[in-house]
Amino acid sequence: MNDEPVILAFCCHYCAYAAADLAGSMRLQYPGNVRVLRLPCTGKLEVNFVLAAFERGVDGVIVAGCLEGGCHYLEGNLRARRRVERARQLLVEIGLEPERLEMFNLSSAEGTRFAEIATTMVERVKRLGRSPLRPDTKRTEHGIQEIGRQAEAMLAGEKR
Amino acid sequence: MIVADRKKIPEIRDMIKNHRRVLLVGCGTCVTVCLAGGEREAGIIGSALRMALRLQNRGDVVVDECTIERQCEDAFIDLLAPRVSDYDAICSLGCGAGVQALAERFPKMPLYPGLNTQFMGILESQGVWTEKCSGCGNCRLGEFAGICPITRCAKRLFNGPCGGSRDGKCEVHPDLGCGWQLIYDRAVNLGILGRFERIVPPHDWSTGLDGAPRKVVREDQCIAGLCSRT
Repeated sequence: MNDEPVILAFCCHYCAYAAADLAGSMRLQYPGNVRVLRLPCTGKLEVNFVLAAFERGVDGVIVAGCLEGGCHYLEGNLRARRRVERARQLLVEIGLEPERLEMFNLSSAEGTRFAEIATTMVERVKRLGRSPLRPDTKRTEHGIQEIGRQAEAMLAGEKR
Repeated sequence: MIVADRKKIPEIRDMIKNHRRVLLVGCGTCVTVCLAGGEREAGIIGSALRMALRLQNRGDVVVDECTIERQCEDAFIDLLAPRVSDYDAICSLGCGAGVQALAERFPKMPLYPGLNTQFMGILESQGVWTEKCSGCGNCRLGEFAGICPITRCAKRLFNGPCGGSRDGKCEVHPDLGCGWQLIYDRAVNLGILGRFERIVPPHDWSTGLDGAPRKVVREDQCIAGLCSRT
């Protein structure tokens, strides 16, 4: 398992998260490397969430939001796309491949597409190789749980 | 407000190359508002810097972040003072004034700027800031319908536009409004166009940047006596 890439998916509650759920209900097969983290909207995504993931050794990050024009909060997904672009620029400055981060748009009915996205990203990250920032898988998994707890605390309106 | 933007990560990484423990200090005032060096940006720059260092096999370098309300005032720097001895360098995410205030306060601590301070300006639209004031020390906005010819005219002209003004735009950049067109339009609206019939004499630049660093003193406010700082 140590050589398998670890990918974190920031998923919007209204689309990608439901799509991931649907993929499961449809019994679709997709690589188990993707850890799903639910956001109320991709507009909630901050650049430092993405950096926190990479700093903890995640090999790739997916940001999955609603179709353009279909955001529950009108334009959260459009803002997320700009933030993802900024985060990619930062990855270049840091010395990591920007291809490790990608934003996708899909609807809650697209379980099949979620499975495709997961497969595409896993294949891409496998081509790029393991992140040079990954200490070991256990610590990375622990880091993901930490990010998840921070996100949950934020959703609950608590201070980090 | 003072507007700044951040330096690139490799530049900051190379600046701190001789240090093992670095404190990134954000500022909660102007540079927070212009999204360059507040608490959130300090977190982003800190995280990016740690990763950049690890990729250069310098993962043992400690980079921590903290943000104080205002870097250009000693009272706020006081809150930072107890932490500073744990580090061997500070990278300030304040404006140039903030960096120098920290340098004065911590004479033995190497100080590095994490931002490029740009200008005094305003938020033009979301994510866009524009320069409005050059801090010339002799404000004459009242004479020019509230639009500064020193800052807004690329040639700093005082007596009308140059030949490079076309369709309200400056020849320097197609997106840049001609400062004198703006002055003219506003003067028409205010009904004060007549004042431009007289020649405006040259500006007194002696109050500006051409002399030594400037100082403003309010003696009635100098409770502890006149300040001894240079």
